[in-house]
Amino acid sequence: MSVTLPILILAIPLFMFLLLGIGGVKMSRKLAGILGITALGAVAVISYYVAFTYFFSGDPLFIVEGVRQQYQVFDVTWLAFTDRMVVNIGFLLDPISAMMLVVITTISFMVHLYSWGYMEHEPGFQRYYAFLALFTFSMLGLVVATNIFQMYIFWELVGVSSYLLIGFFYKLPSAVSASKKAFIVTRFADLFMLIGILVLSYYVSNAPADGPLGSASAFNFQMLNNNAGVIANTVVGATFMGGSVLTWAMVLIFVGGMGKSAMLPLHIWLPDAMEGPTPVSALIHAATMVVAGVYLVARFFPLYCIVPDSLTFITIVGAITAFYAAVVACTQIDIKRVLAFSTISQIAFMMVSLGVAYNHPIEGVHYSGLGYMASMFHLFTHAMFKALLFLGAGALIHAVHSNDYTKMGGLRKYMPITHWTFLIGCLAIAGIPPFSGFFSKDEMLAAMYNNHWFWGAWMSMVAGLTAFYMFRIYYLIFWWEENPEYKKEGHKPHDAPWQMSVPLLILAAVSCVAGFIPFGEFVTYNGEPYHIHLETPVAVTSIVIALLAIGLATVMYAKKNPLPTKFKNAMPGLWKAAHHRFYWDEMYQFVTHKIIFNIICRSIAWFDRHVIDGTMNALAYVTNFFSVKIKGMQSGYVQAYVLWYFAGALVLAVITWICLI
Amino acid sequence: MDLNMLWYLVPSVIMFVAGVYGFVTRKNMIALLISLELMLNSADLNFVIFNRFLYPGSMEGMVFTLFAIAIAAAETAIAIAIIVNIYRKLHSTEIDEVDKMKY
Amino acid sequence: MDSVANIILYFVVALIVVVFSVATVMTRKILRAATYLLFVLIGTSIFYFQLGYQFLGAVQIAVYAGGIMVLFVFAILLTHRPDEEVAYLRNHRRAIGATVSVLGGILLVLALLYMPLSHEANLMSCLDGSATISMKEIGKAFTGTEKFQYLLPFEAISILLLACIIGGVTVARKR
Repeated sequence: MSVTLPILILAIPLFMFLLLGIGGVKMSRKLAGILGITALGAVAVISYYVAFTYFFSGDPLFIVEGVRQQYQVFDVTWLAFTDRMVVNIGFLLDPISAMMLVVITTISFMVHLYSWGYMEHEPGFQRYYAFLALFTFSMLGLVVATNIFQMYIFWELVGVSSYLLIGFFYKLPSAVSASKKAFIVTRFADLFMLIGILVLSYYVSNAPADGPLGSASAFNFQMLNNNAGVIANTVVGATFMGGSVLTWAMVLIFVGGMGKSAMLPLHIWLPDAMEGPTPVSALIHAATMVVAGVYLVARFFPLYCIVPDSLTFITIVGAITAFYAAVVACTQIDIKRVLAFSTISQIAFMMVSLGVAYNHPIEGVHYSGLGYMASMFHLFTHAMFKALLFLGAGALIHAVHSNDYTKMGGLRKYMPITHWTFLIGCLAIAGIPPFSGFFSKDEMLAAMYNNHWFWGAWMSMVAGLTAFYMFRIYYLIFWWEENPEYKKEGHKPHDAPWQMSVPLLILAAVSCVAGFIPFGEFVTYNGEPYHIHLETPVAVTSIVIALLAIGLATVMYAKKNPLPTKFKNAMPGLWKAAHHRFYWDEMYQFVTHKIIFNIICRSIAWFDRHVIDGTMNALAYVTNFFSVKIKGMQSGYVQAYVLWYFAGALVLAVITWICLI
Repeated sequence: MDLNMLWYLVPSVIMFVAGVYGFVTRKNMIALLISLELMLNSADLNFVIFNRFLYPGSMEGMVFTLFAIAIAAAETAIAIAIIVNIYRKLHSTEIDEVDKMKY
Repeated sequence: MDSVANIILYFVVALIVVVFSVATVMTRKILRAATYLLFVLIGTSIFYFQLGYQFLGAVQIAVYAGGIMVLFVFAILLTHRPDEEVAYLRNHRRAIGATVSVLGGILLVLALLYMPLSHEANLMSCLDGSATISMKEIGKAFTGTEKFQYLLPFEAISILLLACIIGGVTVARKR
């Protein structure tokens, strides 16, 4: 494969960012929109071509005897610190990065198109497109990174573009604080990731130079993943607080992923991030950026496999987060918040699936592949149907001008396209065949049951909750009781313009058929094809659970009835706690304001104000004092200067002479 | 009686300290400049004397003096131009009048 | 033992230099100070001749006595009435100046007396042989780029003089 196309994939969005960012002010909205959409369309086409070439060409660069290879299209030295500490910038093609190229460009293109309708009347339209292009560039750069360092750079760049887009409505105080929160929380997590990277690369670069690690870069993914065993041997014996150093490093790297993927307890930024424009939520906070954590774990998977403790940690964090987010999602009023918690829950699902994917003692390598493959599969399908749901929610908000389901109800008659596409999305996420979510979720559950029945049962429960809260929100929006406002003239909601409907239809179509993709043929942890076969007991159980949950939701919410209020009143404490997201935000508020600000920051501020500033002020005061005292010597009379100079020279001469004698 | 280096250096020293005295005590800027020329001349003379008595084979002292004379000429010309300009502004050549450079 | 003529010449010139140096800074009339300076400069040029630097002596007379002195006289006549008395600074400043100068002079002369090299060679021995420097040698020294040759400073000086001409004109012209 030539180098041109991969470079174009990265260069076009970057160029569009610069063009729209610098020249956007001078452009009309229409021109900026068309430019952005066209450029992204081109990137999508090129990405499809690249991914297609990678998966289907059969080129020995990409596939050898049925095993897919990692291929660095290019990898150039960017910074060379020492022989072994070299930072490269490159383009890595392997199954997951090729898959991500497709996902990112598809969703991004859909969102670009959709935004043309959704953001039509917003000020700063051109800036919005510039930021979208920046995000697309960063996310593409992240997934094709050839080494940890490049990944880290783009990782921060997606953080920045997420910050910019959440705070897009910068006149709303809530949007500003949400963007700050998102940036600070993810940045805080990235600190741990950086520490993990440094620990890992320190031990890798300490490996003997004549070993298989040789003089290669300590950051390179190919090198790290192909020599996982060697690395384990290198760092063996180095322990810290009861765990091996490698475990610690991998867990720390995962903490960075926890921040980006909104795992408990670093999830607090994602619900607030819904303050951004809805298409942005669809692109960044549902489909692409938030799965970066999953991608990170998948990228390091061979290393995670040799330290199962870290995978157990991932499993536990994921399982707790999935359940927590699902419960919270059942009680939210804001439909975007429901979707946000649903996203958290689904990403946690993928995390658990990765976490259970290490070599199983009984079944062997076989199931190791299953969890990984299922996780990636779910990443793919989830991106499609969650983007669909968010874009549908955007269409609803566009029509009703509110985020709350209390302002909706009975909309199915007014917005048929939105209704049907949203229903498809709900069915997909609930895991009803033949929609895509069923297949990926089934594989994940199978992998969990294979690891331990407990994880399987736990996550089945979460899957049931998922079906319940999705249909709860679906019924509350489209059924329940019609809002009397709609009868009034001029308030009648209607379907969105074509720019918004077309992406909905396309994504709905994808959600219908994506499940039939033989995903195991393309993306597996070791490149060998994995043959998917439905685990009948698991599949039947999960369908039954999903149907039961949907049935419950139908009973409770399909028509206006007092049941929900009864349930709410039956356990007011639980409902209130869940509605307030189990007080995580308040806890953070307490820790940051009461403990950190009051105790630590106050004392630091006192120290700064009195000791440091005091020292500086004293220096300035003393200097000033003496300057005023001696400035009279600067009399302006040249003769006085000469006199002093000559006298001084004489004194020096006398001293020198005395010393010499 | 030998005319050694000391004999030549002593008038040079007296010329120099006379220049210093004049520079410190004079009030008139042209007189200051004249004192300056005295000091400079004494330094030139020293170069030549050291060249002659210590390194009779070479001519670096003389060359240095030649350059110094050229520079002194340039410096004097500029200084006198400045003095004339000041005189035009202040109708005086007294150094006390020119103290704008003080603190 | 140097020749008697040289010794007599030395004493005459040294006397002129010393007396007129002091007179230059002591006189109250500025035009006289300039005139005394002229005598000092001419005395110095005679020293140059006596030390065997004919070219340097000629330059001293031409540039200093001929050029710079003319500048001085012009400047004085432009800015003073001919018989104007020049005031000294305050008396205590005179006392300080005198003290510092006399002390400095004594110190320097003492240093000279203690300097071992001062007594070694006499003028006679130093003027032997190839002591006189021909114009050809000087010309070569100023136009070469070898060691002990000074083309670059020579050019720098010419630029300096050009700058000085322009600067002088700019500073002194009427606006």
